[in-house]
Amino acid sequence: MILVLVDHDRGEIDPLSLRALTSAHKLGHDVEAIVIGNDGAALANIVGEYGAQVLHVASHAAITDYTPMASGRALKDLVEKLKPAAVLAAGSPRGNEQLAHLAAFLDIPMAAECLEITLGSPHHVLRARWAGNLIESAYVHAELLVATVLSFSVEPESISGAAATVAQFEPALQPADSVVKILSRDAGESKGGVTLNDAKVIVSGGRGVGGPDGFGNLEELAALLGGTVGCSRVVTSSGWRPHAEQVGQTGTKVAPDLYIAAGISGAMQHIAGMKNSKTIVVINTDPEAPILRYADYAIIGDLHQVIPALTSAIRQAKG
Amino acid sequence: MDVLVCLKRVPLAGGTLILTPDSRDIETKHLGFGISPHEENAVEAGVQLVEQMGGTLTLLTLGPSDAEEQLRSQLAIGATRAVLIETDGQEWDPQGTAAALVDAIVAEETNFDLIIFGAESADSAGYQIHIRIAHALNRPIVTNVKSMKVENGIVSCERVVEHGREHYEAPLPAIITVRDGLNIPRYPSVPGRMQARKKVVDIKKAEPRVPKLEKVTLALAPSKDKGAEILGKGADAVPALVEVLKQIGAF
Repeated sequence: MILVLVDHDRGEIDPLSLRALTSAHKLGHDVEAIVIGNDGAALANIVGEYGAQVLHVASHAAITDYTPMASGRALKDLVEKLKPAAVLAAGSPRGNEQLAHLAAFLDIPMAAECLEITLGSPHHVLRARWAGNLIESAYVHAELLVATVLSFSVEPESISGAAATVAQFEPALQPADSVVKILSRDAGESKGGVTLNDAKVIVSGGRGVGGPDGFGNLEELAALLGGTVGCSRVVTSSGWRPHAEQVGQTGTKVAPDLYIAAGISGAMQHIAGMKNSKTIVVINTDPEAPILRYADYAIIGDLHQVIPALTSAIRQAKG
Repeated sequence: MDVLVCLKRVPLAGGTLILTPDSRDIETKHLGFGISPHEENAVEAGVQLVEQMGGTLTLLTLGPSDAEEQLRSQLAIGATRAVLIETDGQEWDPQGTAAALVDAIVAEETNFDLIIFGAESADSAGYQIHIRIAHALNRPIVTNVKSMKVENGIVSCERVVEHGREHYEAPLPAIITVRDGLNIPRYPSVPGRMQARKKVVDIKKAEPRVPKLEKVTLALAPSKDKGAEILGKGADAVPALVEVLKQIGAF
């Protein structure tokens, strides 16, 4: 059996967890899921649809919201009882964090960001390194494989399974397990509109934009297409745009339907954050820019001319 | 306030990576070295805390003897001293690395109030060393911190997520990992560089363990050269792009 940690935010499933369920299902074993916190119990239908037969719900008075070390403890308790062949989770910051707590509790290895898993003795994985530019082939020497699944490396596949059977349990938490947890939230820097993660269209600018003022044209185009503005690391470190807009390994990883990269040369860490976009359009003066290798379409030219022309042409076409 | 920042020497790769003939490492003959982006923020955070509250800032790394270069350049930013756990230059797996760092931290006379890591290393991105160390030292850990404040023996942290910010707190002594954007790392001053030459770098040796996560080989990710269709040059190419956007249903 393979146990999949399904992450959720106050009962709302993290879509990357569906991909982890699909990865587990493809290994040909039975799949069971675990959610941490009572409000995860509502996910029995969707985890069933994606292949989990049982949904284990870890609840405890001390787990009121995301509590990563408690998640690790709950996983440990369940793993010791059920003895799965592997525990998988999404290769998201939370997925990596919670499974690392499990691996630390058990003092066993963990393989993060895997794109291929072969169970065996030892287990074998292919995992992404260097912002996805290198693939490491590695053995994992442990009876239990603890691994996270590289974001977007697998498409979620519904197998139209019936709702999972819910099995409640109370993990034996130690006081230290629940010291660090989400105490409160606020809306933060988000502009209230479309966020990078939600956006179907992202118009992203890099060094070529030349300064904070140049982003006005990008904003106009993004608004016209119902999308939002992103940027590269040099833009945020120069203080031209807020950090919340940074796309890349050190910012947000995105996969919109349309990604327009204007004046971005394509540093590895930026590519890592956008290469899974469905259609990539590059606007760049340099026909040799590395980002062109990832583009579906490109215009070689100055974004300061191309973007305003594009905006008015779309406006005209829309009528 | 005594702060420890953990660093990792990594090659500064530009757009393309080349592998060594045995495919186990990156060819670094023509590359410079530095530290991972988030770690520059970690050092800056440590320097600021010591400026505000007094105390010491210690740097710790595990790596080849050449990693002293990275320690010296960060000492120039304002750290007090540094410790290098010298390896044979081979890459250690996360469990072995964490165990060696724990040994070095425990051997220090200082009981660090705060240990800071970058949120991920540029090269191996294993997402676990900091958590293993938190478990070994019985300390609370908050990861991916984008803004922080230390007050009354508590580190208050914010993590930026899709729809806003999450607030966390941990009583000191604690461990945090920080992200790019936490602060703006300063450049070393000329006097800073001069002083860094005289600062102490303790060199320790540690024996490698048999890796449990055993790297076999590295391969370049399949080149995703999609063979971009060049629609033309400058604004003249705009009508062609409008057609494409229409076809894919962008508007």
